[in-house]
Amino acid sequence: MEFTLKIWRQQNAGAKGGFKTYPLKDVSPEMSFLEMLDYLNKQLIEGGDEPVTFEHDCREGICGTCGLYINGRPHGPMRDTTTCELHMREFADGDTIFIEPWRASAFPVIKDLAVDRSSFERIMHAGGFISTNTGCAPESNSNPIGKHVADLAFDAAACIGCGACVAACKNSSAMLFASAKIAQYAMTPQGKVERKERVDQMVRQMDAEGFGACSNTYSCEFDCPKGISVDFIATMNKEFLYSKLFGQKG
Amino acid sequence: MIKLDSKIPDGPLAEKWTRYKAGLRLVNAANRKKIEIIVVGSGLAGSSAASALGELGYKVKVFCFQDSPRRAHSVAAQGGINAAKNYKNDNDSIHRLFHDMIKGGDYRAREANVYRAAEVSNDVIDHFTALGVPFARDYGGSLDTRSFGGVQVSRTFYAKGQTGQQCLLGTYSSMNRQIAKGTVEMFPRRDMLDLVVVDGKARGIITRNLLTGGIERHSAHAVVLATGGYGTVFYLSTLGLGSNASAAWSAYKKGAAFANPSFIQIHPTSIPVLNDYQCKLTLMSESLRNDGRVWVPKEKGDKRQATEIPEEERDYYLERRYPAFGNLVPRDVASRAAKERCDAGYGVGDTGLSVYLDFKDAIKAQGEQAIRDKYGNLFEMYEKITGINPYKQPMRIYPAGHYTMGGLWVDYDLMTTIPGLFAIGESNFSDHGANRLGASSLMQCCGDGYFILPNTISDYLADEIRTGKIPVEGKAFDEAAEAAAEKVRRIMAVKGKQTASAFHKRLGKIMWDHCGMRRDAEGLEKGLGLLDELEKEFWNDICVPGSENDYNQELEKALRIADFFEIGRLMCEDALQREESCGAHFREEHQTETGEAKRNDAEYAYVGAWEYQGAENKPKLHKEALKFEFVEVKERSYK
Repeated sequence: MEFTLKIWRQQNAGAKGGFKTYPLKDVSPEMSFLEMLDYLNKQLIEGGDEPVTFEHDCREGICGTCGLYINGRPHGPMRDTTTCELHMREFADGDTIFIEPWRASAFPVIKDLAVDRSSFERIMHAGGFISTNTGCAPESNSNPIGKHVADLAFDAAACIGCGACVAACKNSSAMLFASAKIAQYAMTPQGKVERKERVDQMVRQMDAEGFGACSNTYSCEFDCPKGISVDFIATMNKEFLYSKLFGQKG
Repeated sequence: MIKLDSKIPDGPLAEKWTRYKAGLRLVNAANRKKIEIIVVGSGLAGSSAASALGELGYKVKVFCFQDSPRRAHSVAAQGGINAAKNYKNDNDSIHRLFHDMIKGGDYRAREANVYRAAEVSNDVIDHFTALGVPFARDYGGSLDTRSFGGVQVSRTFYAKGQTGQQCLLGTYSSMNRQIAKGTVEMFPRRDMLDLVVVDGKARGIITRNLLTGGIERHSAHAVVLATGGYGTVFYLSTLGLGSNASAAWSAYKKGAAFANPSFIQIHPTSIPVLNDYQCKLTLMSESLRNDGRVWVPKEKGDKRQATEIPEEERDYYLERRYPAFGNLVPRDVASRAAKERCDAGYGVGDTGLSVYLDFKDAIKAQGEQAIRDKYGNLFEMYEKITGINPYKQPMRIYPAGHYTMGGLWVDYDLMTTIPGLFAIGESNFSDHGANRLGASSLMQCCGDGYFILPNTISDYLADEIRTGKIPVEGKAFDEAAEAAAEKVRRIMAVKGKQTASAFHKRLGKIMWDHCGMRRDAEGLEKGLGLLDELEKEFWNDICVPGSENDYNQELEKALRIADFFEIGRLMCEDALQREESCGAHFREEHQTETGEAKRNDAEYAYVGAWEYQGAENKPKLHKEALKFEFVEVKERSYK
């Protein structure tokens, strides 16, 4: 297969970036998208150029490191698929493919296609945990949790923290990301104790990082590689209201 | 010259840890905040240790190469985490879990360490439940379990096929709580390039800031390595591409003994290699062998579609050879059996290098939905990568490099031969002998981090309360920082023609061919020669574009690969000296008439711990004899 790649190149956060065009020949349909970029980089390096910087690690769709904006969509054209799971057989021979980093002011570009997602970390520091010390846990089965609740909690917890929801959103909102954690904890007995403080603090941090609000286009759910549901945003809003109405303590 | 003192306590097996713990010294709460601890690695072991130490009030500094600790490769563990809860009433117990691990490791692990890992396993599950980890549950609300290889009970707790992710997000959340409290400080995007040893004690590390290229110095009263394994030495492996062994290797070169480097697990159920550009193999969880049946055609070179081959023309070779355990034999046994069939010409797929893992019967018996509930995400992952729907066609699988049982030698305190340097999780060698059973790595990592290390490290730190802050100036720090900077400069200066990945691929092939699933003296000797040649070529022809003072991914790779040549050599040396077959270490020269591993307990019932002797000299082998007081050492049979 042959492709024309238009890739965003930017030397660092302060530099001005732009698209550069790279024709690429002899691409196998069996290659993953990132293997295709490896293949490009090998040619760039051997030709004396600097390779394209992009981030990745597990290459099996679970670590959340990779995240490219491909032809105007986070993680490319396939639903429920991370960039590393995307394969070139999904493209047509001769296609032009635009590759950009996540676009959001809360995710500043580091270099080329790599962005800084530490804002997500700070949202988690604000309340993404259950305050229990090592050694004080009761016997696991002393707190039964119905299968449907446990399964729903799992669905929320499946978030990989890649940032596709933010990149997909016209407001660069991080609500899907934050709500998945808030909802996961709010629905289980272990997490309920701190639910009011948690939602308040995580939402506050989300705003402080410069993420936008939700305007219900559902693009986040549509482009989430793990299919996290926007229902959790509704849960978060409910939790937030509950926290405001009934106070954070008690 | 190092001395191996395992510090195994006396007394009955079940009381060793309790008695030992009672004798360990403590650090008073007011003193803990004056004591700094460095933790390198943020996976299950590192983040659980950092959380527990932070909760105790120590000042903890955590380093990882990823942009976030949540991305450590523990995240990719799929199938589950073991504990001896006996929730299935199938007569499980701590002793049975211990016994399964000792046998599974082919009697090459320490009894006391393994028993302790089993002992704290139940606490790990309880703690994760309290942290909100969404393990699978039954309709009544209690936790569900499933079976894994090498055991006859159902003790594996799971969260679909994403147990590692859910457990890691649990340890990550507990660490985030400490970060918010200020007891833990996080340093992401750092590679540890060297260990700093001051007056014989581990006192700090040298890191490279991956964004700026800055060489940084960090000091502490103790250093904990939780840096995982070295399976990426094979290039194609189930590991994350950034996984590397440089931190542990720098500790080895500073005097920490490296134990059993040749004990490396080849996982039997990975998606086979599909093209020449592939740099990663994706695992299909062992849990699939609960319901999947492994087979090849009875006829050599049968090119029919799997679904066209009738039942009587299929060879369910694991069920045939190992009727007692069937498809759930341990990983080393399953991997070798797959290789045996493929080498004999019965393999399937274009390359002939794969076997079938078939869910036809399970789907028939339980319905497609039941299978989807258990393994949905794995089936999706398989389809995304191969384009084949495993509900309709059997999966094709083949063994791939996965987990390293070998690692830094540690005593019962989890301390290496360098005082003040600890190693936990996969980075140490201690609990899995010559083969690890499935779902026991998550268990060990979290047991080490949450429940064992916080106790043992305090005994060491009790002597440090008067030390005061460790300065980052002085000869040892200067020399280590200069050596790290020099290594970077040396690689940048080569300005050759070949990329780091190209070298890594060739290195991986040498290791796979000569120090992989089956080994012999001739092949290992040949592998050593090839490694020398390739390493020489590397230092003459590596091409690292760009600048060292920048985000330079090629430089990161090159620095890691430089260490892998040396590790590969030590793996071959270790495999060569061990003239027996045990667990995952299979020497062609030592097998039974039916092709099973043949141990030599009279001469090789020891841990082989290597001591670095400088770049010019061969490393020195030290032997820690393994004593079995509580289990009967037998031939390991799953027939």
